[in-house]
Amino acid sequence: METRLSGRVWKFGDDISTDHIIAGRYLGSMESNVLAEHAMENVDPNFSKKVKPGDIVVARANFGCGSSREQAPIALQALGISCVIADTFARIFYRNSINIGFLVIECPGLRDRVEEGDAITVDVSAGHVVLPSGETLAFPPYPPNILAILEAGGLVSKVRADLAGRVT
Amino acid sequence: MAEKILARASGSESVRPGQIVDGQVDLLYMHEMLALAIKPFEEIGVGKVWDPAKCVVTVDHWVPPPNEQIARMHQSIREFCWAQGIERFHDVGDHGIIHQLVVERGYVHPGELVIGCDSHTNMAGAMGAFAAGIGATETAAVLATGKLWLKVPESLRVQVRGTLSRRTGAKDVILKVIQTTGDDGAAYKAVEFHGATIQAFPMNERFVLSNMTTEMGAKAGMLPSDDTTRTYLEEVGAGDAFRPVDSDPNARFLKTYDIDVDGMGPQVACPNNPANVKPIEDVIGTKIDMAFVGSCTNARIQDLRATAEILKGEMIAPRVRMIVTPASQGIYRQAVKEGLAQIFLESGATFTSSTCGPCFGGHMGVLAPKEVCISSTNRNYPGRMGSPEAQVYLASPYTVAASALYGEITDPRGL
Repeated sequence: METRLSGRVWKFGDDISTDHIIAGRYLGSMESNVLAEHAMENVDPNFSKKVKPGDIVVARANFGCGSSREQAPIALQALGISCVIADTFARIFYRNSINIGFLVIECPGLRDRVEEGDAITVDVSAGHVVLPSGETLAFPPYPPNILAILEAGGLVSKVRADLAGRVT
Repeated sequence: MAEKILARASGSESVRPGQIVDGQVDLLYMHEMLALAIKPFEEIGVGKVWDPAKCVVTVDHWVPPPNEQIARMHQSIREFCWAQGIERFHDVGDHGIIHQLVVERGYVHPGELVIGCDSHTNMAGAMGAFAAGIGATETAAVLATGKLWLKVPESLRVQVRGTLSRRTGAKDVILKVIQTTGDDGAAYKAVEFHGATIQAFPMNERFVLSNMTTEMGAKAGMLPSDDTTRTYLEEVGAGDAFRPVDSDPNARFLKTYDIDVDGMGPQVACPNNPANVKPIEDVIGTKIDMAFVGSCTNARIQDLRATAEILKGEMIAPRVRMIVTPASQGIYRQAVKEGLAQIFLESGATFTSSTCGPCFGGHMGVLAPKEVCISSTNRNYPGRMGSPEAQVYLASPYTVAASALYGEITDPRGL
């Protein structure tokens, strides 16, 4: 697991639903690059063209609300988004993200302390975000069971390891 | 209730909110999301599903398949079920929207831990079960192990009293509740419904309540199991599985919402959030292009009867399309038998076989830009039913049908 990452900020508001992240009309596709192309299309039709690998999505409350569609975090991950930081997440989106090894971080208040395009650094081990001013904003650490899934690289690897009786 | 069920599922004396438990899954149910779970399941490498007798599979999002891509998806699901010996696989023709199918076939029982790969799995909680939704990778893990980690949620109590106005029901009540809590007011929490109004609701109405706890952000939504639950289970051939499940009289809740619905009339969730709810008086006269009665939320036989009660002998308004899509093929057959299908067709509505299709903008009734739809479904975020420029109002089947007749949002009580 990458524990320190830097990227440009893309800002979103409250209640960004799975319908915003990847619309129902694309769910027939099993290919992650097709999903990536249409990520966030219902908010910004050109989002996928503007994003660079490593960019960071920053939002307010209830990010990923709505459907259980795992295509939502898959689309963002395949687009090269390195992590989503929000005040709070909807639970299924949060679990789905962790399960595919995609970083999601609850850091209340960050959304209002950054501007679109700002370069920020996330330090997962230290549990803080470094703002452009050099100030840091702390976030609560992952509980051990979630950290174990992320460290294994996702739930499939974690379950495989557990079944094989190895310590991860 | 959540703590009791999760204690049993994790083999513990008792559990408390915040604790992380490994739950043994009593029922795992799946729709097309299974197609996405097959690869991670194979990667886990166990070969066989932990217990095929505890799995239920159907196809519901795109039925019958509208294109080759979906046909291939269905094919992979079919082959997986056959190879794994999953006998409760309900293929096209025998299908239904999964949440409806699992209750009407008697697969969900009080006190069980029920996991489904869809956000509206909460609906099964109306049977007195703990029912929560997951995604594809986690579905693969449950298929392999039969277990799922869960953080024991805090519980919220929604206490509802009062007698509703005419042609006003559970949909109007749950919209009022969502307005009160917000669309994330129950995030990570379990919601329990209590009170005289709730106890008087038949099962079909109770399903609407638990179903839309998803739109409160809830992990699970549940009702105590009682005589109504028992009778329902007997009707679907699972009477032996009844057991009473309720919270203790001294149970602690994080918060209690007391909601008085005495004399309350129809409610409507306005674009673009299910919590943007207004009494119907505030939106009467809003022009519509499409009216849809369908989805796991409100397309049971009672909803179709309500729709037919309004449409009977009338024609829907010019320049309005109406689509009626039952929640299962069982309901479809019943609607034909009772003559409801004839009423829909004679009024100018389209009556389709069961699918989730229009509710999530998949097929069979997708909205164009600028179109306005009134719908008996559950979500109205931008782009939910098609174009992000379309607008969706959520309401009861009564309100949807009345609006279809007049081409604008209409109070069904005046008809």
